Amino acid sequence: MNRFAALLDRLAYEPRRLGKLALLENYFRETPDPDRGWALAAMTGALSFKNAKAGLIRSLAAERTDPVLFGLSYDFVGDLAETVALMWPSETRANAQLTITDVVEGLQTIPKAQLPETVAHWLDRLDENGRWALLKLITGALRIGVSARLARTALAQMAGKDADEIEDVWHADAPPYTHLFAWLEGRAEAPSVATNVRFYPPMLSHPITPEELAALDPAEFCAEWKWDGIRVQAAAGKDAGDARVARLYSRTGEDLSGAFPDLVAGFDFNAVLDGELLIKRGGGVEDFNTLQQRLNRKSVTAKLMAEFPAFIRVYDLLALGDEDVRALPFSERREKLETFVAAHPLAPIDLSPMIEFASWDELTFARAEPKDGGAGIDADAVEGVMIKRRDAPYLAGRPKGYWFKWKRDPMVIDAVLMYAQRGSGKRSSFYSDYTFGVWAEAGELTPVGKAYFGFTDEELIELDKFVRNNTENRFGPVREVTHTKAKGLVLEVAFEGLQRSARHKSGVAMRFPRISRIRWDKKPSDADTLEALEKLLRSEPAQL
Amino acid sequence: MQPAQILHPRPEGLYCPKADLYVDPVKPVPRALITHGHSDHARWGHGSVLATPETLAIMASRYGADFTGSAQALRYAERLEIGGVKFSLHSAGHVLGSAQALAECGGTRVVVSGDYKREADPTCAPFEVVPCDVFITEATFALPVFTHPTAENEMRKLLASVAMFPDRAHVVGAYALGKAQRVMAELRRCGWVKPIYVHGALLALTELYKAHGVELGDVRTVETAPKSFYAGAIVLGPPSALQTPWVRRFPDPVTCFASGWMRIRARARQRGVELPLVISDHADWPDLQRTILDTGAGEIWITHGEADALAHWCESQGLTAKALHLVGYGDEEEPGAAA
Repeated sequence: MNRFAALLDRLAYEPRRLGKLALLENYFRETPDPDRGWALAAMTGALSFKNAKAGLIRSLAAERTDPVLFGLSYDFVGDLAETVALMWPSETRANAQLTITDVVEGLQTIPKAQLPETVAHWLDRLDENGRWALLKLITGALRIGVSARLARTALAQMAGKDADEIEDVWHADAPPYTHLFAWLEGRAEAPSVATNVRFYPPMLSHPITPEELAALDPAEFCAEWKWDGIRVQAAAGKDAGDARVARLYSRTGEDLSGAFPDLVAGFDFNAVLDGELLIKRGGGVEDFNTLQQRLNRKSVTAKLMAEFPAFIRVYDLLALGDEDVRALPFSERREKLETFVAAHPLAPIDLSPMIEFASWDELTFARAEPKDGGAGIDADAVEGVMIKRRDAPYLAGRPKGYWFKWKRDPMVIDAVLMYAQRGSGKRSSFYSDYTFGVWAEAGELTPVGKAYFGFTDEELIELDKFVRNNTENRFGPVREVTHTKAKGLVLEVAFEGLQRSARHKSGVAMRFPRISRIRWDKKPSDADTLEALEKLLRSEPAQL
Repeated sequence: MQPAQILHPRPEGLYCPKADLYVDPVKPVPRALITHGHSDHARWGHGSVLATPETLAIMASRYGADFTGSAQALRYAERLEIGGVKFSLHSAGHVLGSAQALAECGGTRVVVSGDYKREADPTCAPFEVVPCDVFITEATFALPVFTHPTAENEMRKLLASVAMFPDRAHVVGAYALGKAQRVMAELRRCGWVKPIYVHGALLALTELYKAHGVELGDVRTVETAPKSFYAGAIVLGPPSALQTPWVRRFPDPVTCFASGWMRIRARARQRGVELPLVISDHADWPDLQRTILDTGAGEIWITHGEADALAHWCESQGLTAKALHLVGYGDEEEPGAAA
């Protein structure tokens, strides 16, 4: 555990990508199998333990610490593993010979009833750093700034290979990746990817401005709507063992099949498709707020599936049958995709339409007015347009010059800060979650949303100071901040959309709100009214 | 005598009506007693200031000789009676000249701790336990997650990193008053004999410490020099300088920060710190508890910091505890951070 704990600790404090890569490469080079493979799995989110979850840590903390002090400490630190690691009452300071393999195998095999005792015993044997690493393993969220892509880049660096080469064989081996490491060190053939029915690292786009767009030739590009859903891959066909598989992956390769069994059951095809997961009820596609309601539920019930029917609006084809078609130009993949969708009328998919345009001006109009620009009744779910080069192959990552996203302009209002709560992660111990309101008819502020980003680190320090010095009331971790007409803080809030909502007191719900500016110069009485906010509502109310 | 008749909180700070005097007021008042020189406790523009000679010297150095209408020095353990209340100052072990204030009247003893620590510090007098009825304490690090390692341990960490990266400069953020000089003194104790380089903003107070007999060795101001000149060097600067172009003059600097907050990873990362050094001039959780018990006080008032946790612990010990939620402290350079 020593080496793994030291690695996590150094990674957590290393801000530079190159520095992180060097630390990872060094670790993979010097650490034996299977320790390094388990570490790799932990850092890429490939481990989960059925019986060891955050709940186990909470109950151990409850046994060993005062519940009030634990609650206050957790609120301050903002991270469960770190809180327990720091306050674990233990005099033992020797990082005993406990390897990450011991820990991972223990967590996988020790019966549930014996697990609390074992983990407590491990915590007693480890120092703070070791405890932190162990607890991080259990909670799964390492927060050390290492993406799966970065880890694979470090492996590539270590073996003198290309990161995409590793992406391609990644799914053919499983933790602790002994075969993968053997191949990287030239001791074995590459793990064979026997099937093309798998997850492909997605192709991502760059934001673009009108000025940048003007320099491009519209004839070389196609455009589609940018849908406000979840980017997914649908993969179905035969696996290496000739068994039928159907999977739904997130853009990071996480398997979402369990959350959308209704969808996966309808995958009656042999292909891998790239698209957007959306909800459609009655008429058009619902916006992200509605999708979020399904995502927020823990258990997937028949009622939930009926109430929030999901489908995939597909826009790219990665594999057809057993053939990887990513090298083909976009226009050819699109032709095959259109034929494919037409041939599978029963699958829970439809085709994302192209936007017809002859000039950038025409596309500008479509982006501003999606309803009249071709999106029709689905306009609510449009968050901009995607612009793709006709000859672009499908490349992993964010290659330059092929795909662009051009989002709709955000809406902006001035609101008054009402409540603040301590954040988590990087923002922990600062008051960084802000509830803000606008003036309702009665001359009272009504809360209309909550934002926890959009500000810089320097602004966070100023905001935190304001909250501390203007606290009216304390409700556990929440502070009520002065918000009268004369005294208070005005925040400029930007958001992507607005909807009627029965669940919010104000009757409206914002999509993706964030603090765009702190208006130190304004008085609360200068802030916007609920009436002004309602004017921004879309004409047709959503059914809730 | 009710303790509240001796001292009670007002928006300006703790107030003694009999003496018409505020302790560490956050706004200008006619008469102030100042526990120590950090800018959140020692402010400019009072009518008169009562403090230790060292604290008066620090205030004069920071704000100029006209920082107050009149100044009166009170040495540790000297007594002064104002309006029937006997005041005395006792060392708090926080920074040079830092004091706890004892106010005694009608047999009731109230102690305002100011900021304090129990760990040994070569740059200031050690904390003195002052028995009292009411102990008014800070609570900056009053959570069980705060158990500070020894300063020596943290200095060894820094020196190990210097040895590991001989071509890089280690730039340590440290508060200008107290922390910077303590880091220098602790480095000397750990055997670092090379010059220590400092940002100009640390110079005046460092000279003041030296003038008060604190041994800091060869301290030099950072001058314009080729980058390679600072390879392997230890440089101290105010925390605010770590994010400025000032650090670009050093070769591939390792950003360090000496503060009790560095115990929390998010705090360190939030500031882009690569080598956190957990060195605090405030009592940690065990020392807060120890000190409260040592004073023998039955009533504990908590000025600022994590008051809820400390109040909870006091109550579990059968002590009466009250959170005063005083506003305006912990503002030396950043919120909640003169640490």
